[in-house]
Amino acid sequence: MEKRVTFRGWLLPLCLIAPQVIISVVFFFYPAGQAIWQSLFIPDPFGLSMQYVGLGNFEYLLSDKFYRASFVTTAVFSILVTLASMIPALFLAVLADRLIKGSGVYRTLLIWPYAVAPAVAGVLWLFMFNTRVGVVSWYLGQLGYDWNHVLNGSEAMGLVVVASAWGRISYNFLFFFAALQAVPRSVIEAAAIDGARFWRRFFTIVLPLLSPTTFFLLVVNVVYSFFETFGVIHTITSGGPQQSTTILVYKVFSDGFVGQDLGSSSAQSVILLIVVGLLTVLQFKFVEKRVHY
Amino acid sequence: MKKLVFGAIAAATTAMSPIGAYAQTEIQFWHAFTGRLGELVAAQVEEFNASQSDYTVVASHKGNYSETLNAGIAAFRAGEQPHVLMVFEVGTATMMAAGGAIKPVYEVMAESGAEFDSDAYIGAVKGYYTSADGQMLSLPFNSSTPVLWVNRDAMEAAGVDPDTDLSTWQNVDAVLEQLKAGGEDCPLVTAWQSWIHLENLSAYHDVPFATKDNGFAGTDTELALNGEVQVAHLSKMGEWAKDGKFIYTGRRNEGGANFRAGECALFTESSAGYAGIKAEAEFAFDVRPLPYWEGVGNAPQNTIIGGASLWVMQGHEAEEYKGVGEFLSFLSSTPVQAKWHQDTGYLPITVAAGEATKEAGFYDENPGTDVAVIQMTAKQPTANSNGIRLGSFDQIRGIIDEELEGIWAGDKTAQEAMDSAKERGDALLRRFEQASK
Repeated sequence: MEKRVTFRGWLLPLCLIAPQVIISVVFFFYPAGQAIWQSLFIPDPFGLSMQYVGLGNFEYLLSDKFYRASFVTTAVFSILVTLASMIPALFLAVLADRLIKGSGVYRTLLIWPYAVAPAVAGVLWLFMFNTRVGVVSWYLGQLGYDWNHVLNGSEAMGLVVVASAWGRISYNFLFFFAALQAVPRSVIEAAAIDGARFWRRFFTIVLPLLSPTTFFLLVVNVVYSFFETFGVIHTITSGGPQQSTTILVYKVFSDGFVGQDLGSSSAQSVILLIVVGLLTVLQFKFVEKRVHY
Repeated sequence: MKKLVFGAIAAATTAMSPIGAYAQTEIQFWHAFTGRLGELVAAQVEEFNASQSDYTVVASHKGNYSETLNAGIAAFRAGEQPHVLMVFEVGTATMMAAGGAIKPVYEVMAESGAEFDSDAYIGAVKGYYTSADGQMLSLPFNSSTPVLWVNRDAMEAAGVDPDTDLSTWQNVDAVLEQLKAGGEDCPLVTAWQSWIHLENLSAYHDVPFATKDNGFAGTDTELALNGEVQVAHLSKMGEWAKDGKFIYTGRRNEGGANFRAGECALFTESSAGYAGIKAEAEFAFDVRPLPYWEGVGNAPQNTIIGGASLWVMQGHEAEEYKGVGEFLSFLSSTPVQAKWHQDTGYLPITVAAGEATKEAGFYDENPGTDVAVIQMTAKQPTANSNGIRLGSFDQIRGIIDEELEGIWAGDKTAQEAMDSAKERGDALLRRFEQASK
């Protein structure tokens, strides 16, 4: 039977959850509600007048083939960012976990990039890959490869993915590392006695035991790549060349704050909200079944 | 309660402001300048503040052009708008459509009684910011026009006579070939591609960029940038890009770094690039008029401006508007304008400032600095060369940039790219038309 701790009366529990509820309402529900409300109008930039258009903004967006193409770009981008930030993180965590001495130093160094804001990370990477003065592009040039993310869409995509994933590796590393520490030694030792080599042990024992962490990181990283990568895109490519790095959240910004088209921008936020909501539900419904707690 | 708190804060901040300032009326001025230009604006403001004792202008930098406009809009929505807001030319239609948010400059000037004669301004500059019935809505502040910058040393190094006539694109085409053959890696580079190679190209050849007089005659305008002249020019540039004669560096003025470092031979950029090039270039350079296609349209007509103007926002006291009038009048006075023009390479916005500069011998000492002025004022502007006034123009430029990248990468023909730009841009224009009804 489950044990439940119960409070006597309502006042104390209400007070305890109030801060979280208030923060959620003020910073999430209220703005989200505003976005839904505004998505039904075409307002003028100064807020002097608003015209009710019903679902007109959604119709306008979904009939735009460039907007539809942006879904594909976003899917490619977020899959790449999620993979590029989780796989190296897991690899590094496994290596750091095996260290007997000095793991603290590695751990600290590996966490550093997480402190760098996405926009700043964007500038750093842009500087290294700058077509004119970038160090990396210069070396690539020496090797006979002409790096030009200003005109080459795949190179631009590669660059924004790496720049977005870089700081995330630290975050993921931290979780994987903690999870690895929690893997019971006895199980691994038993497998070792049975003659299983390191990678065999890793894939058959450690990885399944890490699945709750992996699942959590999957959800968090997808959400990250949908929303928080805006700064990287803005500083490195502004969505170009052509539309090759225009992800949904960047379009929300550029239509809203460059184009002053708040109706379309709000409608896009609502669509984004629905997409991410659906994705999370799907993940919980299908992926979570394979997670063993 | 809320009001009380705000009142307390306001009182507290007022109490903390420097002693002696309380008697003066404060005027907020938001602008988009940093670096050298920021210093020059600060100097202008300081001079104005020192010249009289009734008003204090407080200048604040609010980010780049787009960010400054956004800050102004957000502030207006919150009821905290500045008195004077700098808005780039691309935002002109947005401001004009916002009748309830702005106070037209002619009205401010008439009420304040400050010295103001709208005929004193250069026609091509004034036309951009004037309503259909000839009233000036915002004060032209910094205006520039595209010109051709030449790296004379690079020309010589490639075995090309640096004094070659570059007034037509036909000649430039031949020179690019010679430069390439002479081993130049970066024969031509540009800044602000849409502004120079589409908007100005259209005006210069007297063909429309958009219908309804480029949007001056109404918001029911459509883009016309997929015309014969534009497509022919962009096709040629696409060929240059393919042959490595035109190097694409980015959507804004990234190419300036390449040119100033001496890496490129020719550079199409605003006349206001002068301050930066003069400061950094360690090579001999020239300013030439923007080239045109000989025998196409009425070229050379006149080029159009880029830059910003000052808009006065609604919702302030009459006394404050009087100060705004004084400040704007000070900014357009001949000595202030002449100095601004000479320091920055921006156009003198009044005829008198241009003449004062000439009389002072500035053009003789700095050859080429009058190229932009002549190029803009040589002919009476036509309906195609008055300027461009489109809603959502910043975004339309973004679309044009994307499509141009398609040409430079060789993914699209110029015709395909411009047809697509028109289709996408027109959709935005229809939305703007609806929003500003």
